[in-house]
Amino acid sequence: MHPYLPATPEDIKEMLESIGLESLDQLFDDIPKDVYFNRELDMPKAKSELEVTTYLKGLANKNCSLSNLTSFLGAGAYDHYIPSIVDHIISRSEFYTSYTPYQPEISQGTLQYIFEFQTLIANLTGMDAANASLYDGGTAIVEAALMASAYSKKDEIIISKSVKPDARRILHTYAHAQNLKVIEVDIKDGATDIEALKGLVTDDTAAVIVQSPNFFGIIEDLKALGEVAHKGKKTTFVASVDPISLGILKKPGDLGVDVVVGEGQAMGMTLSFGGPYLGFMAVNKAYIRKIPGRIVGQTEDLDGKRSFVLTLTAREQHIRREKATSNICSNQGLNALAATVYMVTLGKEGLREVAEQSAKKAHYAFEQMTKSGKYKPLFNKPFFKEFAVTSDVDSAKLNDELRKVDILGGYDLGKSYPQFEGGVLYAVTEKRTKEEIDKLTSVMEGI
Amino acid sequence: MKVAKGLHYTKEHEWVKVDGDTVFVGISDFAQHHLGDIVYVELPEVGDEFEKEEAFAAVESVKAASDIYLPVGGKIVEINEELMDDPALLNIDAFENWLVKIEMADKAELEELMTSEDYEKFLAEEE
Repeated sequence: MHPYLPATPEDIKEMLESIGLESLDQLFDDIPKDVYFNRELDMPKAKSELEVTTYLKGLANKNCSLSNLTSFLGAGAYDHYIPSIVDHIISRSEFYTSYTPYQPEISQGTLQYIFEFQTLIANLTGMDAANASLYDGGTAIVEAALMASAYSKKDEIIISKSVKPDARRILHTYAHAQNLKVIEVDIKDGATDIEALKGLVTDDTAAVIVQSPNFFGIIEDLKALGEVAHKGKKTTFVASVDPISLGILKKPGDLGVDVVVGEGQAMGMTLSFGGPYLGFMAVNKAYIRKIPGRIVGQTEDLDGKRSFVLTLTAREQHIRREKATSNICSNQGLNALAATVYMVTLGKEGLREVAEQSAKKAHYAFEQMTKSGKYKPLFNKPFFKEFAVTSDVDSAKLNDELRKVDILGGYDLGKSYPQFEGGVLYAVTEKRTKEEIDKLTSVMEGI
Repeated sequence: MKVAKGLHYTKEHEWVKVDGDTVFVGISDFAQHHLGDIVYVELPEVGDEFEKEEAFAAVESVKAASDIYLPVGGKIVEINEELMDDPALLNIDAFENWLVKIEMADKAELEELMTSEDYEKFLAEEE
């Protein structure tokens, strides 16, 4: 028998006989002969299992992973410590193999952890309700824009240029198909230019979207920005946040934010070459009937026992499809579970410690890096765990040098912001040690 | 099933009550009965304008979510905010608890609706 193809020549013969054909080629008789591919496929001969495994391992070893690199790269995806319990729990087959619950009430275990995820996200952000997760931080911003548009019956979305460039590109892509008009507001000293925003918000504005800490790591003045946003009639103020930062920063719910979204990767998910990650969304009460995706509610069954159900489902696609805010249905179940286990393992104290250590270490790195004057701060604003410096050093060359000593350098800002050519964004998490930071800065000084 | 006299009705079980230059619009007793326990009412905003037969509101019960269509075209001048806080009022008395008050665009549209007698006959045929 062939090692990869389960059908033997006898199997094939038997199947052909049962449908009354002589050869496999007869199956393709309907295809005109002149469009046939009339040569042998340019493929190497079949290899043994051992040869294939060796070949693939060789390819895999060309990848660089954080198991042997020290990362100072962030820009939206972060190398935070993942407690080992996270993997142990999400690897249980009851969780690992289950898909989004289509017959929800028999999946009480799944519904319970989704309910707990929602509760944790709502508490963390200081909002009234959260949904059962979205694809990632970028699409969460899009879903917030679509919801704001449905809520206000308007189609103009204002987004700050300090929001992650990838997320803005995703918004532009969706906006094109949904007939939304996207206006980007400029930045000033690395933060949203509030004066420019004032000139843009009108009664036609459906949403104002900002990010804090923003793409440059800078903490935006959410309260002041929200006040400007709310000058518009029924304008939704959306903030995309780093959930780790909420260990020490004020809750967006206390700062006048209507809809909080974000990328959840930092909470228990590996970088995994870019995904799958986890989006989250939490809203204040006025938006509960418009929030996209699943919501799990807690109730009692006939015997008075605590149980869980999908609730407020009329928002969703399966009852009034054309009226649904969004047709998103799948949730990132396994990643939502990872985030849930991460949050309950750390607790309030743990999350605060992760946030504090990240912030302190980032500030230490910033001071070391800017001490000699070779690297200058690109902005002069308070930051959390990420900051930008600028210099005459070629950033590609610098990153090559750093790789020689197994350090993954920062993000070259010139890629998405031509005006910041020469600027590099560094992220420092609680995992980094003083030795690692000192090694980074000494290579930077030496170049 | 109760059918209030003197109102105009649609086949979609909405009613219209004329009050001077404006009209009240609601759903019939038949509609509330068949929807079951009503848990949420979504109403338009004052100032919104709708064509005749356009969906202007939605009523959600424990077993269904239904769009409500405007029997006559016009501009919303008032909404029944009590229903937002207590949607079950529609189950208690669907004729007392109107959804919206509107300024009609064309009064002749009233004549296209059923009288209470016509509606009773219509219901009898539906049953």
